[in-house]
Amino acid sequence: MEVKAGDEVLAGTPLFHDKFQEQVKFCAPVSGEVVEVVRGEKRKILEVKILADKELRFKDFGASDPSNMDGEAVKNHLLASGAWPFVMQRPYDVIANPSHDPKAIFISTFSSAPLAPDLDFQIKAELEHFKVALTAMAKLTKGKVHVSVRGGSDSSYLSGISGIEVHEVYGSHPAGNVGTQIHKIDPINKGEFVWTVDVPGLLTIGRLFKTGHFDTSRLVATTGAAMSKRSYFKAYAGIELSKALEGRFDAKSGARLIGGNVLTGATTSHDSFLGFYDYQLTAIPEVEDREFFGWIAPGLNKFSMSNTFFGWMTPNKEYNLNTSLNGEERAFVMSGQYEKVFPMDIYPVQLLKAILVEDIELMENLGIYEVAPEDFALCEVVCTSKINSQAIVRSGLDLMIQEMS
Amino acid sequence: MKFLQNIVEKLEPQFEKGGKFEKLWPLFDGFATFAFVPKHPTSKGAHIRDGVDLKRTMITVVIAMIPCLIFGIWNTGHQHFLAQGMYAGLGDGVLEKFFFGAWRVLPLVVVSYAVGLGVEFVFCIIKRHSIQEGFLVSGMLIPLCMPVDVPLWMVAVATIFAVVIGKEVFGGTGMNILNPALTARAFLFFAYPTKMSGNSVWIADSENLRANVDGFSGATALGDLASTVGIDKTSETATAVMSSFGNDGFYSMYNSFMGFIPGSIGETSALACLIGALILIGSGIGSWKIMFSAVVGGLTMAGIFNLAGANAFMDLNALHQLLIGGFMFGVVFMATDPVSAAHTETGKWIYGFFVGFFGIMIRVFNPAYPEGMMMSILFMNVMAPLIDHYVLQANIKKRQKRMVIQTA
Repeated sequence: MEVKAGDEVLAGTPLFHDKFQEQVKFCAPVSGEVVEVVRGEKRKILEVKILADKELRFKDFGASDPSNMDGEAVKNHLLASGAWPFVMQRPYDVIANPSHDPKAIFISTFSSAPLAPDLDFQIKAELEHFKVALTAMAKLTKGKVHVSVRGGSDSSYLSGISGIEVHEVYGSHPAGNVGTQIHKIDPINKGEFVWTVDVPGLLTIGRLFKTGHFDTSRLVATTGAAMSKRSYFKAYAGIELSKALEGRFDAKSGARLIGGNVLTGATTSHDSFLGFYDYQLTAIPEVEDREFFGWIAPGLNKFSMSNTFFGWMTPNKEYNLNTSLNGEERAFVMSGQYEKVFPMDIYPVQLLKAILVEDIELMENLGIYEVAPEDFALCEVVCTSKINSQAIVRSGLDLMIQEMS
Repeated sequence: MKFLQNIVEKLEPQFEKGGKFEKLWPLFDGFATFAFVPKHPTSKGAHIRDGVDLKRTMITVVIAMIPCLIFGIWNTGHQHFLAQGMYAGLGDGVLEKFFFGAWRVLPLVVVSYAVGLGVEFVFCIIKRHSIQEGFLVSGMLIPLCMPVDVPLWMVAVATIFAVVIGKEVFGGTGMNILNPALTARAFLFFAYPTKMSGNSVWIADSENLRANVDGFSGATALGDLASTVGIDKTSETATAVMSSFGNDGFYSMYNSFMGFIPGSIGETSALACLIGALILIGSGIGSWKIMFSAVVGGLTMAGIFNLAGANAFMDLNALHQLLIGGFMFGVVFMATDPVSAAHTETGKWIYGFFVGFFGIMIRVFNPAYPEGMMMSILFMNVMAPLIDHYVLQANIKKRQKRMVIQTA
């Protein structure tokens, strides 16, 4: 912790740093007065509340051109300014360790998740920033920077940037997941590291180099059936949701508010704040009624990948999904179900079972280094036994971090 | 509906932790979730979930077995009357056949479900987990793979054995190694062979019929075929048997396909099994890979026997082999059990092939076990984890090889 309540901060002032990697700083997204530091168990920092100024004041890190800098300088620039946490690492799906030497950097310029916002739109609006950020990324690795674009879309704006390789990716979700792309392009082996950055993160990094400011502004999409107004709005990370969602979401509706998309997002609430990585807010209705004899009813309104409901007769029907688990958790029974939605050459159920029994060697052999929880999101959706695969994968990755350090 | 829902919600607290009937929670939960899809919201991970759950899955399998059950009921009556020379035509006495069949078959179904679910309830209460749906399917499979004359108490004992030894000792639904329904059948087959094989169990009231009707045989197609093993295929017995497999014979291809022959209750009609297969494959529950490769495996073995032709049994047309006995029923409903089958997609091809291959091999080589399918599926159930192991090893090797190339 580097600040206390009452301190004045600028956008870009370090608030706290990583306990294990002190050079990784987490900086204030806005300027203003620190009003409260909320701590949890073992004094874990949960929230730092800042009362924002009307007019944002930025800490000046100085504009610079990454094409004239070496890798170390780029790295230090990102670390000092608070932009580093946008750089994520695989394996383990955590913030990248700056002392590693990644074999490649992967960037997915589109999201294929349900109701995903159009990232192209944001890239085109700030093309200069995006290009600068890619140039900076190319300095961070001796390997390649792989940039994936949606197959068939116009990627001419990426030409002329040195050190990157563009891939066209076709297909439905999870084609846009960076994990899928890594696996298909250059899979991770034991001992290797790959870094990834998402589009809003790159834009922030681009602005940092262009203007010298740590500017986390991004377009946030409000999506989902329970949003009263579905639109984009511009916001900084950490903005108060009750203010941002005024007129867009009715807090009294009892619907569930999700930071991110319905597959991987975390439940948040109206009186909470916008997450550091979030550029989408989704609201869907909570489950209200028990359904009478659901196991035998024709279920024309039930969405299912299996054809056990008669929904297969209306393949193009749109469904209004709620948060129902649609059943109870059971042991694994069905087989072959995950494989239909899991595009990697990995045996998903066997990997999950290896994690459950905490068999490190088997987890390694079955490819734990290549996966992140989000890669299992679709498995979780289609699972007959309602297994929480993402949580299992996370626990497996955490165990690996513990064992490998 | 609202009224029922209110009752459930009102009763719920009494069964929850600290409530009066805390111990009976699994029982309450079982009934409540039977009536209503529970309104559990998603708590971690993906916020939306597929509509399907284990109850829906299992019920779909039960629905897929209903053609077999209905046909089995009719055929029980048909075979019984046919043996006495009554209502010989297919359209004659349909109601009488149905009534007679229902009177003999439904008690088996009721006993199997009542005993099996009872044991499940007891285990759930002891182990304090909610009732799992696996037995919905086993409870129907058990009577369908029994001969009609099996005593009810034997079905009860076999069901207890299957649920306790076949499933619960391993940890319940999803953990078992062997298919529970086949475990029940195998148990009876070895414990009470006279009631599970031979010529006196396949047609209702066989003993009476044998005493009173001249020329009553009571044998199944497989039983008759087994009698040709070890004798010269040109001998009188063998040619007599084989003639019944001709186009006008009792076991003709048509009769075998439609199922107008004696056998276990649900197994005789290949047509009913195919309807079930369509439902299972269409709904995505049964693995078409297992079914397809099992048929290929069966045809392969039968084809090899055709070439060898050492006895009359081996000479039987390969397709005809698959239509008699429990081959189709086993392939469609037993081999595809997702828990005891191979779990990997590649493994399913191998597993299915050998189910069919060994099924035909056992039935021809060992006349003491005319029903080779049961042995073959149980054997492959045991082998399935080994198949999966090697499929996984291939994946692991591939990954390690990739690492060596990259780092070299």
